[in-house]
Amino acid sequence: MKTQVLIIGGGATGTGLARDLSLRGVRCILVEKQDINAGASGGNHGLLHSGARYVASDPEAAKECREEGELLKRLAPHCIEDTGGLFVAVRGDDENYVTDFPALCAKSGIPAEMLDLNTAREMEPELSPDIIAAFQVADASVDPFMLSLDNMAQARQQGAELLCYHKVISFRIENGRIRKIIVRNTVSGEETEIEADYVVSASGAWAGIIAGLAGIEIPMVYSKGSLLVTQNRITKRVINRLRKASDADILVPGGTVSILGTTSRRTEDPDDCRPTIAEVDDIIEDGARMVPVLENTRYIRAYSGVRPLIGSSAGDDRNVTRGFALIDHAPDGIENFITITGGKLTTFRLMAEKTADLLCRKMGITNPCKTGTEPLPSSASGKWTEPGSAPKMWLTRHESDDMILCECEMVSKGIIDGIMEGIREQGGVPTLKSVGLRSRIGKGPCQGGFCSARIAPYMYDREVLNGDRGLKELRDFLNERWKGKYPMLWDLPLEQAEIQEALHCGLFGLELQ
Amino acid sequence: MKPSKNKCDVLVIGTGMAGMAAALFAAQKGLSTAHAGMTGAINFSSGLLDLLGVYPIGTQAGIWKNPWEGIEALVQDMPQHPFARISKSEIRESIDEFTAFLEKNGLSYTGYPDGNALVITPAGTVKPTFRVPLSMWKGVKAYEEKSPCLIADFRGIKAFSSRQIAETLKHEWPELRNARLSLPNLKADIYPKHLAQTMESPDMLEALIRELKPHIGNVKAVGLPALLGVCKTAQILSRLETELGTDIFEIPTIPPSVAGSRIRAAFEKGLSPLKIQPFYQKQVMGFQRLPDGNFLLDVGHTEKESQIQAKGIILASGRFFGKGLHADRKQIRESIFDLPVSQPQSRSKWHDPDFLAPAGHPVNLAGLETDEYFRPLGKGGKAAYENLFAAGSILAHQDWPRMKCGSGLAIATAYKAVKEMCAYI
Ligand SMILES: Cc1cc2nc3c(=O)[nH]c(=O)nc-3n(C[C@H](O)[C@H](O)[C@H](O)COP(=O)(O)OP(=O)(O)OC[C@H]3O[C@@H](n4cnc5c(N)ncnc54)[C@H](O)[C@@H]3O)c2cc1C
Ligand SMILES: Cc1cc2nc3c(=O)[nH]c(=O)nc-3n(C[C@H](O)[C@H](O)[C@H](O)COP(=O)(O)OP(=O)(O)OC[C@H]3O[C@@H](n4cnc5c(N)ncnc54)[C@H](O)[C@@H]3O)c2cc1C
Repeated sequence: MKTQVLIIGGGATGTGLARDLSLRGVRCILVEKQDINAGASGGNHGLLHSGARYVASDPEAAKECREEGELLKRLAPHCIEDTGGLFVAVRGDDENYVTDFPALCAKSGIPAEMLDLNTAREMEPELSPDIIAAFQVADASVDPFMLSLDNMAQARQQGAELLCYHKVISFRIENGRIRKIIVRNTVSGEETEIEADYVVSASGAWAGIIAGLAGIEIPMVYSKGSLLVTQNRITKRVINRLRKASDADILVPGGTVSILGTTSRRTEDPDDCRPTIAEVDDIIEDGARMVPVLENTRYIRAYSGVRPLIGSSAGDDRNVTRGFALIDHAPDGIENFITITGGKLTTFRLMAEKTADLLCRKMGITNPCKTGTEPLPSSASGKWTEPGSAPKMWLTRHESDDMILCECEMVSKGIIDGIMEGIREQGGVPTLKSVGLRSRIGKGPCQGGFCSARIAPYMYDREVLNGDRGLKELRDFLNERWKGKYPMLWDLPLEQAEIQEALHCGLFGLELQ
Repeated sequence: MKPSKNKCDVLVIGTGMAGMAAALFAAQKGLSTAHAGMTGAINFSSGLLDLLGVYPIGTQAGIWKNPWEGIEALVQDMPQHPFARISKSEIRESIDEFTAFLEKNGLSYTGYPDGNALVITPAGTVKPTFRVPLSMWKGVKAYEEKSPCLIADFRGIKAFSSRQIAETLKHEWPELRNARLSLPNLKADIYPKHLAQTMESPDMLEALIRELKPHIGNVKAVGLPALLGVCKTAQILSRLETELGTDIFEIPTIPPSVAGSRIRAAFEKGLSPLKIQPFYQKQVMGFQRLPDGNFLLDVGHTEKESQIQAKGIILASGRFFGKGLHADRKQIRESIFDLPVSQPQSRSKWHDPDFLAPAGHPVNLAGLETDEYFRPLGKGGKAAYENLFAAGSILAHQDWPRMKCGSGLAIATAYKAVKEMCAYI
């Protein structure tokens, strides 16, 4: 295989870069060790920042967020729910921060309208009676899966190639250039060599590891953040705590659910994405200060993502800039190697643009960036990820022998077929886990206990599963879903876990396999 | 409306496996019995009656051919397991009485006198169990003999794939095949119980025979999902066997299962002549203890409708799904009487981070501690009330999904609790 640019990492940044380059006529291959958005892009809060959160800590990043947020609302509206947002302070919060907030917003050009408290509570009845200040901002909720899948879809339409389930394991370097990139198929174990003129690592928290493959050190630390998904949507708007960024101070609605978080905990391992019981308890107790029902509402699962923090090893991780790092490794002795990491989902497009600009300069290409002006076309592949969106589609596109396999999220056979097809097209192998990653399956109230026992049979019927592989896939799928359930097993989720165990252990005896 | 008042010797709380068994045993012993509960896990159960399948849990080596030997090993290591407080002969009597009752009401069970049978599951695994619906028995035999066998399913059903079962088992059963049948007018997404009712129509049965015939060849046994009728399963099976000249057997299905509904139907039929005062689809919402020691309980669907005065209570209210136990973020409580619940220290110790961890989840061992008469202990470590007994999955120190002892535990503890209740009254 040969290409102009090889992109490592299929998150928002990598897929955004693939689209940007393709629209400029540059050929590229994107390799992803798992599936699209397996990293932070699938493990984040889904907040399209207005920038207000960063006015005090990082005005530059605040401005970037504002600009990119406005742009995405125009160019990719189908990925965004323009909810609007509030910043609220509660009794006991730092009043100086509240007083300074409007001026800081104004300085970064971020619209923030002060609300009187009654109006704020009318707009969001679940707000605490203890709020002492409220501002309205232009926050929104974004579906990161749809965003990345649509970016990739257009890139592929323009000739880019995508290799999921392919992990970059080493570089062959000669005379200061990466000549070959060795990738391993993570399903079959098979190794392939790719030749590329340029290599871009858009590997998020794994950027240090990838740079290490070229003998380059990028000093970085990792910060894990965990988030909780509620069973019902709690507020119409994004609710932020008006204080210096801290744990559990944002509640982001999306479709039929709300997402509460996040924590910030040092971790040694970018693959560490298990939310813990202690985190869950902290998040709930803190979140309930702004929105008291969070104490008693039902939660359906938790998940985590890992943030890369570059060039820091001390202090509160939140003070490390959220701005991104674009590193040309020529000065490190590798002429054709670039790293883009850090940043935010909100600014992914800008990160991609800057990276593509740098590449094009190096390659002598003058075609301008188009992603800042051309709308992002909506493809089908991200369709089933938005909570509650499957039922809508199901009602409009009911085929006579179609059948619902996931009853919590109304995912039908037809949808599963579509997802499996998509995975195959992208060089992947459909597994229960990968189908789960691309759909709402296992993410509703049953958390996969029942739908897995319906989808596995269907995958056998479609001859996607053969031999006794289904047993392993059921085990893998259930263990994967368990990660997100494990820290929040009380009340209803505990009842569901019990039924799941009755079925999968009591009847199937999966624990004995 | 003033709540009506009712009197009885014993109120059985719970209509799951344990509650049904307790109501039956109490009525059979001549106690005037009231029975309250919402739908229990019976409708979810596979129809199999486990006694003890696996100990130590989580290992293939822990699978017992003889459940009695398994129980012996178990209670040796776990003297607090409920089985340690019941003699083998009592356990045997309880299960025999239970299955005899089902038999009388049209639902036959069978099994080895002292051995576990291996039943094929929809996941393509086989699980050890003690008493098997007669409709599933020939599958046990076919699996043992690995005889030429066909597993079939119907276009339009979900959560059951004959191909999944055949593929998963083929490495140990080369002569296992599978087929998908098209039955007329089968609506996609039909509810299992409706489908089972449809199967009772003569036209459907003819169609099934017609569809199966071309697949028979040298096949000795044919397995079908447990959807062959709700009440007329025996007739359907015998007709199929005559027409096809093979053994026919059913394979359990996932919840909501028809095999579970059959148990419920047999109970409804058999309990009604026993003069039990029914409070079905009702829950106990509050209680008082009268000066004479009797209980006065408030019962209703969503709000209080009636009161029951009972000399004694059998608490068979299940675990979290049954709603006998409830957990908040910090602790587990018993829902009606607020009895002490033995439990791991904090939520961080309730579950293992690995769902399928061989050692199981510590929370499964949580539940009510009892004295030797199955009376839940109060705060002081003595029976909370001398006339309150507990049975079934609410009891502590058992992990039924992993030990494969669910129904056997429910039935045997119900039997024992009723016996002690009689002695008390
Ligand atoms: C808890 C949390 C909450 C957040 N909330 C928000 C928010 O609300 N709003 C916002 O704007 N931003 C948010 N962010 C930040 C945002 O999620 C990230 O900045 C963004 O997703 C980074 O995307 P990326 O593509 O650069 O990295 P990633 O999405 O992490 O992508 C890197 C990819 O590289 C792949 N990879 C790694 N190693 C290899 C290899 N050897 N071979 C092949 N592929 C490899 C990984 O599998 C992964 O898919 C949040 C982050 C976290 C952790
Ligand atoms: C998916 C699944 C598969 C199974 N497979 C098997 C199997 O293969 N083999 C086997 O032997 N067993 C199996 N079982 C059955 C299992 O053994 C029993 O369901 C289990 O032991 C629990 O029985 P129980 O009667 O103690 O509790 P439950 O069945 O949970 O019943 C509790 C009852 O108490 C009632 N209740 C609770 N609170 C109140 C209140 N306040 N007032 C009144 N009523 C109340 C509930 O409404 C309910 O009727 C399976 C169960 C399930 C769910």
